[in-house]
Amino acid sequence: MSHPHALASLEASFVDAFEAHAGLLAKNGTGPAEALPFAMAPALRRQALNRFRDLGVPSRKNEAWKYTNIPEALAAGFAVSPAAPPSDALPARWRDCLLPGLNAHVVALVNGRFSSAHSMIGDLPEGVAICGLETAATTCPDILRRHLGRYADWETESLTALNTAFARDGLFVYVPKGTVLEKPIYALHLSTTNERLFLQPRHLLVFEENAQARIVERYCGLEGEATFTNAVTEIFVGERAVVETYLVQDPGDEHSVVSTTQAYQEAASTFSTATITLDGKVVRNNLNVLPNAPHCETHLYGLFLPAGDTQVDNRTLVDHAKPDCVSNELYKGVLNDRASGVFNGKVFVRQDAQRINAFQENKTIVLNNEATMNAKPELEIYADDVKCSHGATTGQLDPEALFYLRSRGMSKRQAQGLLLHAFAGDILERISIEPLREMLDERVTRLFGG
Amino acid sequence: MALLQINNLHARIEEQNILKGVDLTVGAGEVHAIMGPNGSGKSTFAAVLAGREEFEVTEGGVLYEGGDLLDMEPDERALEGVFLAFQYPVELPGVSMNNFLRQALNQQREHRGEEPLSAGAFLKRMRECAALVSLDPQLMSRSVNDGFSGGEKKRNEIFQLAMLEPRLAILDETDSGLDIDALRIVADGVNALRRSDRSFVVITHYQRLLNYIVPDVVHVMADGRIVRSGDKSLALELEEKGYDWLREEAVAA
Ligand SMILES: Nc1ncnc2c1ncn2[C@@H]1O[C@H](COP(=O)(O)OP(=O)(O)O)[C@@H](O)[C@H]1O
Ligand SMILES: [Mg+2]
Repeated sequence: MSHPHALASLEASFVDAFEAHAGLLAKNGTGPAEALPFAMAPALRRQALNRFRDLGVPSRKNEAWKYTNIPEALAAGFAVSPAAPPSDALPARWRDCLLPGLNAHVVALVNGRFSSAHSMIGDLPEGVAICGLETAATTCPDILRRHLGRYADWETESLTALNTAFARDGLFVYVPKGTVLEKPIYALHLSTTNERLFLQPRHLLVFEENAQARIVERYCGLEGEATFTNAVTEIFVGERAVVETYLVQDPGDEHSVVSTTQAYQEAASTFSTATITLDGKVVRNNLNVLPNAPHCETHLYGLFLPAGDTQVDNRTLVDHAKPDCVSNELYKGVLNDRASGVFNGKVFVRQDAQRINAFQENKTIVLNNEATMNAKPELEIYADDVKCSHGATTGQLDPEALFYLRSRGMSKRQAQGLLLHAFAGDILERISIEPLREMLDERVTRLFGG
Repeated sequence: MALLQINNLHARIEEQNILKGVDLTVGAGEVHAIMGPNGSGKSTFAAVLAGREEFEVTEGGVLYEGGDLLDMEPDERALEGVFLAFQYPVELPGVSMNNFLRQALNQQREHRGEEPLSAGAFLKRMRECAALVSLDPQLMSRSVNDGFSGGEKKRNEIFQLAMLEPRLAILDETDSGLDIDALRIVADGVNALRRSDRSFVVITHYQRLLNYIVPDVVHVMADGRIVRSGDKSLALELEEKGYDWLREEAVAA
C-alpha cells in the first residue's frame, strides 16, 4: 500500500467523496452559508481539501509517521461520507459503555453524529451548552466563529486538513466565564455500522475565563464493521480556567483511530489531560498544547495497555511560547503479545519563554519479546533560564520484585498482576473521577490480574 | 525424618560456580546458624533454597519434608512452608503492604484448604504480628518497603514471617545494619516464633545475633561449602579468630 499509485488513489477517493458531498457540506445546519463559522464555510473547506491534497495521506516516509502506517490501515477501504444521520437503534451493548455510578452530563455521539436519543444531559448551569457541533452552529454561532478551526493546524497536518474539509458534527461544550460545572461531562463516542466507515468527528470545547469543568471522552466500538476515525478536538482554556479532560479509547480491536487534539491555554490556566488506550487496531494520538500566556500549568498523562496486534502511537507536543509556565508529562505503557507502542514527546521552549519548568517521562514495560516499543523524548530549548528534564525507560518487570512476591506464595501471574497494577496505578491514582478510575482499575485487573 | 536434607549441592550463575557441594541436615524445630565471610555463598545458598531461577543447580539435591524441593516453583515452596527473609528486601512502590499480605496470606490459606480471613480477622492478625517486632501499624497502608528505613525493612521481613507461619524460615543477614536495640527486637521476635514444628536457618556474618537467638548448630561456610560445624561455641571461636584461618583451610582442602 506504500505504492505511490495506491496512495494517489486513496487520496483521490477522499477528493471524490468531497466533491460528491460538496452540496451537503456547504448547507450545514439550517443557516445560510455566509452565516457559517469559519471552519464550516465552503471556501475554507475547499482550502482545507486542497491542503490535504498537497500534503497527502501521511506515509511512513514522513518522520512523524514512521511507526504508524496509515495507508496500510486504510487499505481495506472505508466509505467516506460527511457523517451519516445518527441511528436511534443501537445494539443493547451500548449501555455497557456507560459508567455505573457516574453522575454526569452524558452526551452520546453515534458514528460522529450527536444523538439526542442516547444523551442524558440533564440540567445545566446558566449559559452552559453541551450539544452536537452541528446544533451549535445554529445555537452558538458566535462561539464557533471565534474558536472553531482557530487552533488545530490544518495548514500542515494533512489529516487535520481532511477533517476540516469534512467537519460537520461532533461534541460541542461551552462553559462561560466564571462558571463551574460541578458534574463531569461524559461524552460517549459510539460506532456501529454495516459498512466500513471513515468517520471524522470534530469537537470543540470552550472554557472561558475562570470556568471549571471535567470531561471524559470515551470511544467505544459496538457490533458491526470496522471504522477508521479521524477525530480533531480543539480546546480553548481561558484565563485562570481549570480544565481536566480524559480520553479513554477502547474502540475494539477492529477499529482504528487518529485523534488530534489542540489545546490552547490563556494566562494562569490549568489544563490536565489523560489519554488512556485499552485496545484498537491502529491508534494514533496527536496531543498538542500551546500555553500561550504566562503562569499556565499543563499536565499530560498517558496510559496505554495494548495486547494482541494493537498499535498505539502517542505523539505529544508542549509548546512553551510564554514564560513562567509549568508542564508535567508522564506516559506509562504495558505491551503484551505482539502489540507495539510509540511515545514521541516533544517539549519546545521558545526563546522568550524564561523560567519554564518542564518535566517529561515515559516508562514502558514489555511483557513479551514479540512486542515492541519505540520511545523518543525530545526537548528543544531556546531559553536559558529553564528547568527541564526528560527520560524514557523500556524494560521488563523487575525479576527481583517478581521473586520477592512469589517467595511469599503468589503465583507468577498474581505477582505480575500486582506489579503491573502498581505500575498503572501511578496514572490511575491521578484520575479524579471515581467511577472512571474504578472501571479502569477493573480493566487492569482483567488484563493482568493483581 | 529431617525437615531439610541437602546433599552435595552445587549451584552456579553465569558460568561462575558458587556453591561447591553443600551438605546440611536440619531437623524439625532446630535452629541452625550459618556464618561465613562475605562472598562465601550464603545468600546464594538461601536464594537457591527459595527458588531463585537465576541460579542453576548443577549437582546435588535438596529434600524438604521428603520431597524434591528443587523441583518446585518458588511460590510452591512458599505454599509448602518455606520462607526467606531477604538480606535486601525489595521495594515495591505502588503495592500496598495491606494488599500484598492479604493476597499472600489468602494464597497460603487456600493452599491449606482454609477460607480467606475476614477483613476484621486479617487486621487483628496484622496488628498482633506487627506488635511482635514493634513495627508501626501505619506502615501497613504504605507501599511495601518503599521509603522504609533499613531497620523497618528487616523488621518487616520478620513481621511477614510471623504472618505466614512457615515451617522452614531462612533468615539472610537479618541482623546486618541493625543497631543493638533493633537487633534485640528482631531476635525477640524470632524467639517468640520458635516452635517444635518450625525450623530456622539463620545466616549471619557476626556472632552478635547468636547471643540472642541461640542456635542448636553452627556451620561455617567458606568458598561455597560448609567447612565446619559445631555447637554455639564455634560462633564465639569465629568471633575471636576472624575468618582468615578458614580461607586457608578451604584452599588447603
Ligand atoms: N547475581 C549474581 N551474579 C553474579 N555473581 C553473583 C551473583 N550473586 C552472587 N554472586 C557471586 O557469588 C558469590 C557469593 O555471593 P553471595 O552468595 O552473595 O555471598 P554471601 O551472601 O556469603 O556474601 C560472590 O562472589 C558474588 O559475587
Ligand atoms: Mg549475603
